[in-house]
Amino acid sequence: MTQQADTGRDTIAEVSSLGLRYGKTVALRDISLALPAGKMLGLIGPDGVGKSSLLALLAGSRVIQEGEVHVLGGDMRDAAHRRRVCSRIAYMPQGLGKNLYPTLSVFENLDFFGRLFGHDLAEREKRIDALLAATGMSPFRDRPVAKLSGGMKQKLGLCCALIHDPDFLILDEPTTGVDPLSRRQFWELIEKIRADRPGMSVIVSTAYMEEAARFDWLVAMNDGRVLDTGTPAELLQRTGTGTLDEAFIVLLPEDDRRGYEKVSIPPLQGAHDKIAIEAEDLTKLFGDFTAVDSVSFRIRKGEIFGFLGSNGCGKTTTMKMLTGLLEPSNGKAQLFGHEVDARDMATRRRVGFMSQSFSLYTELTVRQNLILHARLFGIDEEEIPGRVEDMVTRFDLAADIDSLPSALPLGIRQRLSLAVALIHGPEILILDEPTSGVDPVARDGFWKLLGELSRRDGVTIFVSTHFMNEAELCDRISLMHAGDVLVSDSAEAIKASKNAETLEEAFIAYLEEAIGTPEEETPPPAPEPAPQPGRRRFPDGAQSTFSLRRLYSFFRLESLQLRRDPIRLFTALIGSVLLMFVNGYGVSMDVEDLTFAALDRDKTSMSRDYIQDIAGSRYFIEQPPLESHAEMDARMRAGELGLALEIPPGFARRVARGETVEIGAWIDGGNPLTANTVSGYVQGMHADWLQRKAREAYGDAAIAGNFELVTRFRYNPDLQSIIAIVPAVIPLLLLMIPAILAALSVVREKELGSIINLYVTPATRFEFLLGKQLAYVALAFVNFLLMTFMALTIFGVPFTGSFAALTLSAILYVIATTAIGLFISVFISSQITALFATAMLTMIPGVQYSGLIDPVSALSGAGRIVGEIYPTSWFITVARGTFSKGLGFEDLSQAMTMIALAIPVVLGLATLLLRKQAR
Amino acid sequence: MNIRNIFRLGIKELRGLVRDPIMVFLIVYSFSHLIYTSATSVPDALANAAISIVDEDQSHLSSRITSAFYPPYFVAPNVISIDEMDTRMDAGMDTFALDIPPDFERDVLAGRVPAIQFNIDATRTTQAFTGSGYIQQIVTSEVSEFVAHYRSAPSLQVDLAMRARYNPSLDPSWFGAINSVIQSITILSLVLTGAALIREKEHGTVEHLLVMPVSATEIMLSKIWSMGLVVFAGSAFALVVVIQQFLDVPILGSLPLFLAGSALMIFAMTSMGIFLATVAGSMPRFGLLLMLVLLPIQMLSGGMTPRESMPQLVQDIMLFVPNTHYILLSQGILFRGAGFDVVWPQFLALTVIGMTLFWFALGRFRAFLR
Repeated sequence: MTQQADTGRDTIAEVSSLGLRYGKTVALRDISLALPAGKMLGLIGPDGVGKSSLLALLAGSRVIQEGEVHVLGGDMRDAAHRRRVCSRIAYMPQGLGKNLYPTLSVFENLDFFGRLFGHDLAEREKRIDALLAATGMSPFRDRPVAKLSGGMKQKLGLCCALIHDPDFLILDEPTTGVDPLSRRQFWELIEKIRADRPGMSVIVSTAYMEEAARFDWLVAMNDGRVLDTGTPAELLQRTGTGTLDEAFIVLLPEDDRRGYEKVSIPPLQGAHDKIAIEAEDLTKLFGDFTAVDSVSFRIRKGEIFGFLGSNGCGKTTTMKMLTGLLEPSNGKAQLFGHEVDARDMATRRRVGFMSQSFSLYTELTVRQNLILHARLFGIDEEEIPGRVEDMVTRFDLAADIDSLPSALPLGIRQRLSLAVALIHGPEILILDEPTSGVDPVARDGFWKLLGELSRRDGVTIFVSTHFMNEAELCDRISLMHAGDVLVSDSAEAIKASKNAETLEEAFIAYLEEAIGTPEEETPPPAPEPAPQPGRRRFPDGAQSTFSLRRLYSFFRLESLQLRRDPIRLFTALIGSVLLMFVNGYGVSMDVEDLTFAALDRDKTSMSRDYIQDIAGSRYFIEQPPLESHAEMDARMRAGELGLALEIPPGFARRVARGETVEIGAWIDGGNPLTANTVSGYVQGMHADWLQRKAREAYGDAAIAGNFELVTRFRYNPDLQSIIAIVPAVIPLLLLMIPAILAALSVVREKELGSIINLYVTPATRFEFLLGKQLAYVALAFVNFLLMTFMALTIFGVPFTGSFAALTLSAILYVIATTAIGLFISVFISSQITALFATAMLTMIPGVQYSGLIDPVSALSGAGRIVGEIYPTSWFITVARGTFSKGLGFEDLSQAMTMIALAIPVVLGLATLLLRKQAR
Repeated sequence: MNIRNIFRLGIKELRGLVRDPIMVFLIVYSFSHLIYTSATSVPDALANAAISIVDEDQSHLSSRITSAFYPPYFVAPNVISIDEMDTRMDAGMDTFALDIPPDFERDVLAGRVPAIQFNIDATRTTQAFTGSGYIQQIVTSEVSEFVAHYRSAPSLQVDLAMRARYNPSLDPSWFGAINSVIQSITILSLVLTGAALIREKEHGTVEHLLVMPVSATEIMLSKIWSMGLVVFAGSAFALVVVIQQFLDVPILGSLPLFLAGSALMIFAMTSMGIFLATVAGSMPRFGLLLMLVLLPIQMLSGGMTPRESMPQLVQDIMLFVPNTHYILLSQGILFRGAGFDVVWPQFLALTVIGMTLFWFALGRFRAFLR
């Protein structure tokens, strides 16, 4: 069915025998296409048929598995060709603002893209001003993207795509979920741009068939295959249908079409006066933002009532207020004449709710999901099997009853959601965009079920949608925009009131009325930066392999994002200081202030002298004396005493006679570490006491030994653990936290999708990594200074060596540790895994093989090899050397060289292994 | 509050957990293998200590001293020259260095009391402290044996009979094992409940629950009981099977009393897990937050190093953390055989902290659901 166009100038791209699979899922099967140049091309079909995959392959953002893709006259497998053409292609991925950065402002986002394409400041300002003016976004220049409406995000996405004057514009579902007026403005904008740049080709995928009808040439896709291609008129003619929706269904293979019939829901009959749902001046404020502004409506029993509006217009918020999920700021909502009360469990039993996205438990099977919900609604145990059976038959779930929902196609999951919402036989059903992304056949089947529920069972249905054809199936609809209900009536009446032919036109008319005149068309057809003759369109460096500007662009991006995420910023700035504080005190091995008590059965001056020796030391605190063994047992059991001494009766007398006497010492062995220390102290003091007594008795000569061991505790004469620990903790903290943050910064982009900006712009992997890394190097260096300052002041660790040597090594070291984080990030795609994996992979060698406890020289085997090359080993040597050992550059040159050598190795590996395309 | 709903939602949590192989592995591993290895691999205070010897004497006695150091306490000593000694110490290659002076043997035998220089790199405190004692003993006994038949010194006949109670051989594995159980309880209580809550929020299922006749308290309690039960079962298994059977650690006190204390501790920690999850909001932030919270809790609650050696302020702050009381309680019951009459203050403290955390978490949880 594929049309063969001439290759060459007439096509913008050709695809042949293209196949793509994600694991076991086949996304594209043997697709061959030739896309005509200079046209507005449309890609139609439901979710999950391979539209996005095809567009990603055309944009060069995804690796080609099978077949050929040629774009702009070159092979997209060829990295050099991709590099050459990427600045002529613009790609806007699916999902509202997926490649934008939500915490950055409109201007900052555009500025980022401008830098990536090598524009200088003046050029960027000029282009950004022009684009914002053309799209009417100028007033929102400084607003963060997260606070933009869906329509505005789309416009910004388009601006970002257009900033470099592309020849081939690839837009993946740019208007899904956007209100009809914004949609119309969006297409007008595209038309205008095409008029200014007639050579530009545009390919768009869309879920709205009405939109597709206006395109020059269409590709209909289903199940990874191309169903047909041609102009909209050709498709209609070939299928003998009147609308593209119908045409698409006719094009589907026989199997998929089976059982399809056009939905029609008979008009509502009977009781018109019973009100099921009533909203009166319902208002919801989030801070100073009005999400829903005094909305009122009444829904009769058995009616299908539709809410039509864009994403973020307040549909979901209104529904949440009706279900009691949100408390209204003002006004009231009533169900069956009772005010909605979040605590009223009885009303909840009469309502069924199906939320926007699939929100059942994916870890429970279909049957378990049904049973759990039945039970939670308090249905009698014996009734449950019958109910479940009913739902399974009615919604045709029998084949999948024991499957996990995640393994099921979207259409079946949608039916399951509905079954779950209905299991307790509710009188009201509230459905929040139940059919988004479902293919037309499944969607019509779903509406047939709704029709039955309403007409046969008298269930009141309140449904929200952004599809016009669905809205037309409702008895009445409310058009919503920016928290306001514009009008509530039947679709026919709404059309009639605006003399519009379609509901969409009527909606637009209402929108224009609400907003005022169609947005002020700012200075006519925009000073769209058309290429001037004789001037290179791409400034110097745009296609070079390294550009300082792009590098800075990533650095700035990372810094801005970090500044706006409090938990990450807190971790980056204060995390290491906090952990250093904890370590400084927590790892302290100094045992002091131990409790002891004595059972003195002698009570002579000699026994008191002995006890006094211990009581007087700084290690022990004497407790009230003991009177008996029983008391000793009790007090030790209660943990009151760390040490108990017993001096036997007649101690002084027997010592004087030269008899052997025994002093009893009991230590609390609960914590062996403390017990060992206590034992050491007591033995030492006992020996001292003996020596003193011997000297008193026999004179100095008697106690001289064979030799003298002159012990020098070097670098830390008082054996203070803080002096030992602090210089070793700094390297560990400068390893773990910067590495984790650097790893997260890359994996986060992978998880959120903005990594596409690396795939489809001239940015190189090295610029991407290094730019991000620099932000964390700077932070880690600040951390280093903070920790050193703490060490010197709060912990009072003396500094004896060269501060310059320590500082220089620290800079090298944090470059190396952030590089390690980047290296790890290459292999990982979820943030939580990145977090734990980086913590483990950096800390295990850091603690065990880096000479923290034993010198690397005492290790053997693999641990020795790791220890010899791991930068932490060398930085521990530098930190200890400069803090405690009085060393300088000369003594530490080897260590510093080793740290420096790690940088190119690790960063080089990370750059090589990072992908410039999705796999 | 509907007990049946709490029960059913809890069962749902357990079903979900069973389908998460990584979590299951983590739980099983934390309460079995991890405890066994961390108990048995607690190193003796001194292992593979790096020692170098400068032998300027080259006598029978000096070589006798050199050969007295051998694995596993020491690496085979490096015999080095006097010039190397300082550079090696500066570079952190040796922890200990002995310098035996020329004519050492002759001077000893002549009773001239010569001096051996003993250098210790005191930046490795633990080793420096224990190692210096060992080395002093080794050198002294070698020298004494060598000269034994020459002289003997008079001394006082006062012995010190040192006995360690509750753990007579001061086997570090006992304490290590119990500590490791406490750590597993801490980590898993926080991670399991926190992750269960965030997963539910991220998948949007929590909203679904809220439109059903189920209250926030029921949802929270269901997570606490189900995840708490898992941790409780794990810790009971670890105690009875791993610690008592495999590691042969004698438990002096009452096991039921200890388990009751564990239940209180788990209640407090699971509540804290929910609280942290509501603060974080998303998985990666939860992970970062855990790092900042777990480490201080573990290091400062008295499990790693004695509370007495920390500054008073830190000790006081740590009284608000359940671990501090739980560690006191478990040492009391398990090692010292203390009964409820002794450990009731810890029970009281855990109950109060647990309740406070619970109410606090419930308040945050309700706000989090909005």
